[in-house]
Amino acid sequence: MCGIVGLFLKDKSLEPKLGAMLSEMLVSLSDRGPDSAGIAIYGAPSRNEAKITIQSAKPARDFRDLDTELAKAIGAPVRIAVKSTHAVVRTTPAKIDEAREAIQALRPDIRIMGAGDVVEIYKEVGLPEAVVDRFDVRKMTGTHGIGHTRMATESAVTTMGAHPFSTGADQCLVHNGSLSNHNNVRRELIREGMKFETENDTEVAAAYLSSQMAHGKNLGEALEGTLSDLDGFFTFVVGTKNGFGVVRDPIACKPAVMAETDQYVAFGSEYRALTKLPGIDNARVWEPEPATVYFWEH
Amino acid sequence: MPATKLSKAAAHDHASRVFDLDQMSLRELNQALHNLTPGSNETAWEVLHPKGSHSVAVGVDQPVTIDVRGSVGYYCGGMNSGSTITVHGSAGPGVGENMMSGAIIVKGDASQYAGATGKGGLLVIEGNASSRCGISMKGIDIVVHGNIGHMSAFMAQSGNLVVLGDAGDALGDSIYEARLFVRGKVDSLGADCIAKEMRPEHLELLQGLLDRAGVTGVKPSEFKRYGSARTLYNFNIDNADAY
Repeated sequence: MCGIVGLFLKDKSLEPKLGAMLSEMLVSLSDRGPDSAGIAIYGAPSRNEAKITIQSAKPARDFRDLDTELAKAIGAPVRIAVKSTHAVVRTTPAKIDEAREAIQALRPDIRIMGAGDVVEIYKEVGLPEAVVDRFDVRKMTGTHGIGHTRMATESAVTTMGAHPFSTGADQCLVHNGSLSNHNNVRRELIREGMKFETENDTEVAAAYLSSQMAHGKNLGEALEGTLSDLDGFFTFVVGTKNGFGVVRDPIACKPAVMAETDQYVAFGSEYRALTKLPGIDNARVWEPEPATVYFWEH
Repeated sequence: MPATKLSKAAAHDHASRVFDLDQMSLRELNQALHNLTPGSNETAWEVLHPKGSHSVAVGVDQPVTIDVRGSVGYYCGGMNSGSTITVHGSAGPGVGENMMSGAIIVKGDASQYAGATGKGGLLVIEGNASSRCGISMKGIDIVVHGNIGHMSAFMAQSGNLVVLGDAGDALGDSIYEARLFVRGKVDSLGADCIAKEMRPEHLELLQGLLDRAGVTGVKPSEFKRYGSARTLYNFNIDNADAY
């Protein structure tokens, strides 16, 4: 099953409420997937800093003194904000790749959740309520975000197997469904130089989109490619630095409902997820068509 | 059940019984509906704030009317036997699944597999229905004012599917004896589904269905009829090499 949500704000006055709105949407779909949950929030950009979201099963050990050690290793200022098992590392945008490598060298048990100018990604085993509480997601501000609650089918129930999957700067994806040709696509992407953290089918879809966009396609064109190159069942919701996209496979058996008003575009696996959004009674509500790409950009 | 949670719209016997799903659980609603016995005076029910809940008014087996004020999730009115359910909103997947008799009217759109496996009764969708509408229908009548999605009436066995708008790909794939009437265009027909002649008895049947669904200003002659070519009914020895 799985439940997925997405929210793309058009009205800036709602930005302080993004975390609260998206959390509410995800929690309402808890019974679609009790295994793990995750959320990606796109916050305000900063000219001086980019971000890496990291995770550790032993945060007290791994995050202690990481800021000073990392700053020394890369020769740039580093700030770290710890939230439970996750932490957001901020440093000079030009040093972000170097920082990523240095973190892995300094703390081999740390996992990278995602990186970019604006995105923060929090995901853990457990119900959506527990996950959003643990990371204080309700208080987060942002322009758009996506979320997922998982009923695992294709790989183990672990933090790394939870969605969203991020395989490129500020890019991430949530998926309801299962892919049947992911091993082959993974092999092709590895040959191209993409790196994978898991055996999960959804990570392949995320990496496929990252690869397409790295080759110069825009979000809409990259999503179009999934219809011919990925085989299986999928409803994908995708976030990029300034964009938000949705696509369903041609069979479209995985449910999807969308709503749009002057204030936002929202996605839910079910209408239940949308019922508390402002102005939903007068929103345009529709079921996205099979094999049809929808995307919005700021 | 705590009586204080129930409110009556007015103080006479036939006032509608109002269930506010903000105040009460879905289980309480469905249990109250299942507790109805033949001849009950509680013939009118109203459900407030359904907010996309699953299984609203599933398994009702008495001839009551139920007005649902808002949109519902999966399986609304499933297995309905005799009641008349009106959804004043849109319906999620499987509305009226396995309906036996009675009627379900959806004022908005319906998601996937509306009326799936239905054995009787009337399902009216005033908006559009999504994919797999009437899949495996077994005697239900379905009238859709708008369009229907792909793979509708897949393996449909009997009953009537009437579509005032267009139909998506693979309409009536592997159909048995159901009748399909489509007023607009059909993207493609599924295996063994063909266009058929509209004879007087079909025009009469269709007029009856349109009347029952409250459709006015639309003539039966505007529709095309589709049904089974019956070539998949028996094993064809000439195809033996294909297996």
